[in-house]
Amino acid sequence: MNNLVILPLLIPLLTGILLIFFRKQIKVQRYVTTLSLLLLLAVTALLTHQVSIEGPQTLNVGGWEPPFGIVLVADMFAMLLVMATVIVTFCCMLYAFRTVGEEREKHYFYMFVHFMIVGIMGSFLTGDLFNLFVFFEIMLLSSYILISLGGKKDQLRESLKYVLINIVSSMLFIVAIAYLYSITGTLNFADLSVKIAETGQDGLITTVAIFLMLVFAIKAALLMYFWLPGAYVVPPMAISAMFAALLTKVGIYAIFRTFTLIFYHEAVITHELIGWLGVATMILGGIGAVAYWDLRRILAYNVIIAVGFIMIGLAVFTETALAGSIYYLIHDMIVKALLFLLGGVMIGLTGTDQLREMSGMIRNHALLGWMFFLAAFALAGVPPLSGFIGKLLILDGAIDEGFYVMAAVGLITSLMVLYSVMKIFMNGFWGENQLSVEDEKMSTKGLLFPCAILAVLSIGLGVGVEWVNVYALQAAEVLNNPQVYIDAVLQN
Amino acid sequence: MKTNDVILQTVASVSAFIILTFAAYLFFAGHHEPGGGFIGGIVIASALVLLYLAFDMETVQQGIRVDYKILTGIGIGLSTITGVGAMLLGYPFLSHTFEYVTFPFFGEMELATSVLFEVGVSLAVVGATMTIILSISEDV
Repeated sequence: MNNLVILPLLIPLLTGILLIFFRKQIKVQRYVTTLSLLLLLAVTALLTHQVSIEGPQTLNVGGWEPPFGIVLVADMFAMLLVMATVIVTFCCMLYAFRTVGEEREKHYFYMFVHFMIVGIMGSFLTGDLFNLFVFFEIMLLSSYILISLGGKKDQLRESLKYVLINIVSSMLFIVAIAYLYSITGTLNFADLSVKIAETGQDGLITTVAIFLMLVFAIKAALLMYFWLPGAYVVPPMAISAMFAALLTKVGIYAIFRTFTLIFYHEAVITHELIGWLGVATMILGGIGAVAYWDLRRILAYNVIIAVGFIMIGLAVFTETALAGSIYYLIHDMIVKALLFLLGGVMIGLTGTDQLREMSGMIRNHALLGWMFFLAAFALAGVPPLSGFIGKLLILDGAIDEGFYVMAAVGLITSLMVLYSVMKIFMNGFWGENQLSVEDEKMSTKGLLFPCAILAVLSIGLGVGVEWVNVYALQAAEVLNNPQVYIDAVLQN
Repeated sequence: MKTNDVILQTVASVSAFIILTFAAYLFFAGHHEPGGGFIGGIVIASALVLLYLAFDMETVQQGIRVDYKILTGIGIGLSTITGVGAMLLGYPFLSHTFEYVTFPFFGEMELATSVLFEVGVSLAVVGATMTIILSISEDV
């Protein structure tokens, strides 16, 4: 038992509740938000340290033994994602203080951000399938509100689609849980894993597994990404950045958790399917990223490509490739947030998101330009930066195991990614300067600081591979060897 | 033209009390019989909605001066704090306990901390339901 495990979701929950009472005092809301995120950062760092030394930490909520009660499990994979979530949220909030506007802040903006964090943290830390569903819903309900908050016409249109699709997929999730419960009689991850390993994964369980995969694929934008570009284009940029960095990653986490811990016996069927879905996602996402001349859509399609690429690591299913996926997942959370925030500054300065209408911004905003350049190279996977090692490990694993097509598509889409973000860079920053300082629609004061934090982290992840690799390998070991997880949950 | 709804108003004010009593019964029955915080809260909200239907909004708000958004906050806060309380005493989060206590006049009764959790649920349900209904009706 370790009560520290619940703090990553308890702190934002209590903060969110507290913020209900300070609706009009925007200053108080900002201070409380900053303080609670700093506290959260300290707590997650402490917990990560504990997990790295003592192995996975569990908490039996209410004191009931698993599989009868609810159990929260913090293993290294979950903790790395929790850490990245806190950092991304902190930077996005620093950005939101200056950009999101008083009208939204007075309508419970920070409260809903905190509740979304509760949902995300809960999804990462839960050890129970139905609880995963509940935390998904907490996250989704908050994200519905954050998309539509402000009430612009296009926000309402896109939020309607987003809500409809997510309600349908949540219903499918419930049905899948019902099937699984009627077959196995349990919903605890560790217990499910043991039961399925004992009886063998027959056709029925594989079908349910594919059904669950479908549900998570909708949430993670794996091939079923039709809702994503629209939904990520309409909210304010600080929120888009949080969505891009966090929401799809929760779906990816759920796929990784279920297909490494529970349904790992029929890898030829399920994992290959995931791999091919990933390939299709990368190709279609790549086409989307290359096709558009609209900054926000290019970035949104880049989110989709990354989802496909991470899935190849799961399809290959060796410890190297899994470590690569984990590394790439964390890198992607940080770099996507960085790119969206920088893109937000560009749109804010020019007042348009069409690339053809902006140019020459590097003359007045050198720091912004070079940070974008750095983020673009990190995203494409250029060696000293953070995207490199994850890609390398995934491709290494894929070629070792003979998944040549997947590796080739991964490499080709890396070029497409590079082309699409360099298109933004060259159109936005090079060329004739059309925008004098007086014409700019807003100032960059204070906006580059959160971006700089993320940029430094991205470089740090790339340069400090040796240091981070220890943790990534630990996380991959638990994914590759479910017995560690099961022992941590069921035998204490 | 002003309609005369004296019958509706008289019946509503009497039956609101009956409904609230029933809500209290449902709430306390929850541990051993069907009932509990959620349905208790819903029934309380239905009594309030009946009053809003029979009288106009200003009249009821003069009688019941509650900001339902704050009420929701208090509710979820209370539920969470029952969990935190267990943590502070060194037990896992959300551990609950109970005790048999002999009261004068009522005799022996079971007191459980999960009742506090359920009070929170009730308040949150009442607050959320009333916030939805009142904010929809305010727009018209």
